[in-house]
Amino acid sequence: MPKPKVAFYWCASCGGCEETVVDLAEDILGVVEKLDIVLWPVAMDFKYADVEAMEDGAIFATLLNGAIRSTEQEQMARLLRRKSRVLVAYGSCACMGGIPSLANGFAREEILKFNYEDAPSVVNGPRTRPQLSFEEEGRKTHLPEQSRVVRSLDQVVDVDYFIPGCPPTPLITKKALAALLGDAPPPKGSVLAPDTALCEECPRKVGKPADLSFAQFRRPHQALLDPEKCLLAQGVVCLGPATRGGCGAQCPAGNMPCTGCFGPTSRVRDQGAKILSSLCANLEAKEAPDIDRVLEGIPDPVGTFYRYGMAKSILRRRVDLNGG
Amino acid sequence: MPEPRNGVRIGFYVCHCGHNIASMVDCPAVAAYAATLPNVAVSRDYKYLCSDPGQELIKRDIAELGLSHVVVASCSPLLHEHTFRSATEAGGLNPYCFHMVNIREHDSWVHTDRRLATEKAKALARAGIRRVAHHQPLEMKRVPIHPDVLVVGGGIAGIHAALTLASAGKKVYLVEREPSIGGHMAKFDKTFPTLDCAACILTPKMSAVRSHPNITLWSYSEVVKTDGYVGNYTVTVRRKPRYVIEELCVGCQECIDSCVYKKPMFPDEFNEGLGKRKPIHIPFPQATPQVVLIDPEVCLNFKRGVLTDKCKKTCVEACAERKAIDFNQKEELKEIKVGTIIVATGFQPFDVKRVPQYGYGTYPNVYTALEAERLVNASGPTSGEVVLRDGRHPNAIAIIHCVGSRDRKTNRWCSRVCCMYSMKLAHLLKEHSGAEVYNFYIDIRAPGKGYEEFYDKLNEEGVHFIRGRVGEVTDWAMTPEEEGKLVIRVEDTLAGFVRRIPVDMVVLSTGLEPHSDAQSVRRMFNMSCGTEGFFLERHPKLAPVNTYTDGVFIAGCCQGPRDIPDTVAQAGAAAAEAMALIDRGHIDQEPNTARILADCSGCKSCIPLCPYTAIAFDSATQKAVINEALCKGCGTCVGSCPSGSIIQNLFDDEEVFGEIQGVLADEPN
Amino acid sequence: MNPTDKAAAAGTGTPPAAEWTPRIVAFFCNWCTYTAADLAGVSRLKYSPNVRVIRLMCSGRVDPQFILDALSKGADGVLIGGCHPGDCHYVEGNYKMLRRFRLLRRMLSDMGIEPERVRLEWISAAEGDKVKLVINEMSAQLSALGPLNLPGKAKGWDAELTAEREAVHA
Repeated sequence: MPKPKVAFYWCASCGGCEETVVDLAEDILGVVEKLDIVLWPVAMDFKYADVEAMEDGAIFATLLNGAIRSTEQEQMARLLRRKSRVLVAYGSCACMGGIPSLANGFAREEILKFNYEDAPSVVNGPRTRPQLSFEEEGRKTHLPEQSRVVRSLDQVVDVDYFIPGCPPTPLITKKALAALLGDAPPPKGSVLAPDTALCEECPRKVGKPADLSFAQFRRPHQALLDPEKCLLAQGVVCLGPATRGGCGAQCPAGNMPCTGCFGPTSRVRDQGAKILSSLCANLEAKEAPDIDRVLEGIPDPVGTFYRYGMAKSILRRRVDLNGG
Repeated sequence: MPEPRNGVRIGFYVCHCGHNIASMVDCPAVAAYAATLPNVAVSRDYKYLCSDPGQELIKRDIAELGLSHVVVASCSPLLHEHTFRSATEAGGLNPYCFHMVNIREHDSWVHTDRRLATEKAKALARAGIRRVAHHQPLEMKRVPIHPDVLVVGGGIAGIHAALTLASAGKKVYLVEREPSIGGHMAKFDKTFPTLDCAACILTPKMSAVRSHPNITLWSYSEVVKTDGYVGNYTVTVRRKPRYVIEELCVGCQECIDSCVYKKPMFPDEFNEGLGKRKPIHIPFPQATPQVVLIDPEVCLNFKRGVLTDKCKKTCVEACAERKAIDFNQKEELKEIKVGTIIVATGFQPFDVKRVPQYGYGTYPNVYTALEAERLVNASGPTSGEVVLRDGRHPNAIAIIHCVGSRDRKTNRWCSRVCCMYSMKLAHLLKEHSGAEVYNFYIDIRAPGKGYEEFYDKLNEEGVHFIRGRVGEVTDWAMTPEEEGKLVIRVEDTLAGFVRRIPVDMVVLSTGLEPHSDAQSVRRMFNMSCGTEGFFLERHPKLAPVNTYTDGVFIAGCCQGPRDIPDTVAQAGAAAAEAMALIDRGHIDQEPNTARILADCSGCKSCIPLCPYTAIAFDSATQKAVINEALCKGCGTCVGSCPSGSIIQNLFDDEEVFGEIQGVLADEPN
Repeated sequence: MNPTDKAAAAGTGTPPAAEWTPRIVAFFCNWCTYTAADLAGVSRLKYSPNVRVIRLMCSGRVDPQFILDALSKGADGVLIGGCHPGDCHYVEGNYKMLRRFRLLRRMLSDMGIEPERVRLEWISAAEGDKVKLVINEMSAQLSALGPLNLPGKAKGWDAELTAEREAVHA
């Protein structure tokens, strides 16, 4: 029997998800033993035509990482959807828009202008911008167009499974692959990570006080943090209570708060709204001015609460950008 | 449009409520629209759904059409939710597979455009239908009722409620702020319209309180804290020191006679300051309990250091071996457990200084009504002789109605009792002094049994009634006849001209106000106040003694001005409501409690949010756990759970999201 | 920008400005504000018909998700009604809502939503007239702001999706 074909693909991503595949280390051999990798641009050359030539459904599973924010990415997502029996959104960006979707707080023009003209490190006298097509020596070249809105994979095509994380850990990747190849694959639409918040597996849970109330918030660089005490108890905004576990609480173990990359549990529609609700409810202050003073400790609520999930948040995007 | 949910068959019913809804909402159109929505198995409109045939209709549909859920669009759920839940249950479904949509109070009664009101009704119906599909069968939450009752306030309302309960075998704590029970009624001379002597009808009830084995009377005491919930209140009462040991004092009053002050010289509260008392005193002859008390503000013994040698502690000597006097007495905090509470804290009279044009405090012969009561009372400071502050006897007396009532500048409400007590005082003052009595009124309100007849009687007696709100009371004489008199300046609105009427005495018929500390009392018992500050009943007609807090009832003037018969009737009703709870032994409460799912991460964020400490951390499971008995169902923890791991019965996320989607879905046409 | 322009700019699916009226979703606590709204009804006070009330037991139950969800599904404004501070039937639920509200408003403003679109009011059971006042006032305010129309905006954003194309051009 031929080995099932798998594909790894990347869209708007940093490449960190690819690292996880590499981080499987020796386990990658196990993967190769069971699977036939037919597409993996980070490691192997490929041509669009090769993919297009495949029969629809020829690929057993495609693990696609990165958000969708260009015409090319959108079209590849559609193509791979067609060629794959199982499409997996791999990593926070594919699952929820990820860091790239913070761009949904800005108009496309603002972003292009900053990056090609105003950024302090840019030297671009003629203010050249990427062009969608270019002709030289009679040959026409097309460049993908950047979309106005950054999207998660499932906002573009039908997605079968989600493996969250920035990046997903090798462990949950292995478990997910095993589940997909097993006799009883999980129900369509499943997030292949625990559905309990991170606190459950956090080493700092043990001593967490049961009477937490916030008199101030501090950012990690503003204090010497106790390496064992719950970060929230130290006034540091930690998204652990609002974020799926499964990562082994690596950030809190490294004395940094959880920033929410595994996304919300299945019971939550908007991760940011929920952590906001929880943190605020537990403030000490009662009068509006005092409340506001404490909340100044969270200078950028959107960036803090939707760091990985703006595209999949209820609002999706800064709403007054309209077509921009 | 959402996918139909399997097995969900909703019956939708829209009520015309006669014309109440149907005049502003096209009920058949709403029913026809609802019929097109997913999961709706039957949709009907009906004239009065709360009627027996209306409820029958729902029950029959449940059985014949195999409904799984019911939605009724009619009045407020606060009014009829129970009715329709019962019908749903009688039809064979769990009563919580029901949802009520408010298209009367929130729609037909508040809008004027029939098309828009109908659209709104459709949107609300759609929301209810989407919501109810998520409803799960639930069980009532049963809470036991502690059989003891706390009655707060020892006026006629509190006294009657306490006696009613005690006679039925309930143990009652009666807490009164003043040294004696009796309230305002004890100060009245006679009561209208029968002219019964107030003391004669009240005193027996007061002594019955004192001697009743089921009543614990704590006078000179105040409730300082209330915790718990219906059936299980823990109340802390502060017993103020009277410097006399209540259990040892027999009320012989020999101590008062032997006080170093030979003559009473301090203003006597009971007589509205018209009489005098000693530092050690008993408020009034019939005071209950019959226990003296010492006023430390004026007792020489407490002023030791200044007048050390003046006080010979003659009261202690007089008390002798009974040893009831204890200068070292301290205030005491008592904690009691009760299941129900009746609040009967009464009113305070309007402060007449707020209408300076009537001259109270400026002209000595201007009196408040309560002062006039004491003046005509046989046991009052003048033994019932109408002697003015300047020693004269009046030949003409003015009674000004509506002082601090029906007045945009002070209080807008009618105090209900002033017309009648003014007429009673007119009768008594005339009887005691022979003076001419003039009543200045806006309208005469005499709507009780025998009240109008009393007005007739007064007219026959020759009491003068002049319709008009008095402009001012002045001593500025314009004619020789007015010299040395108080002149009433008033527009006689029946005769149609401005009059000046010289009198010797003016009585101000003060209105009734909420106590100045009503707000703190309200908070103590978790009640609401109306805009004017009186305690708010649960429903003005159908639940007049209930409050929004289960197990807390109100009686008497703390709920609004009323006369003695109404107060007594209401006190009896409050006692009956309390008894209904006690005798059943338990109360079934809304099962809208919260519970924690197994997916809880144990982050503990919810634990400090619960005001009832219903949430604890289970060290065995390392998750939070909610004690259902303590949970009151506010849902704050649910709204705050960062991982969505707490759900609230009847108000779960999916139910609310369903409602949101329902109210906002685009109209199909 | 005047309301008409705003309506035009708001994207597809917006009715003509003349017909448009704002839609308000209100979350009222059972004990104070819902009862006040009942009182407004019993007193036959008249107010703007574009409000839809959802009853919760306490303003503390108002999950910020509800507010975002209502806005995203087409509400032009969200009104939250609770008991006055110190009067909460559940002791302090209203304070919890107040705290959420303070940050949520800031966050919404960062997301381009005018803070006036989400309003928190303390309305006691006796203040039927305040229900009328607040709803009419908010309705007028939202009319001046123009439609929020998030469903229409989302549709507009997604118009850039290319849908199926046969070849990948690069």
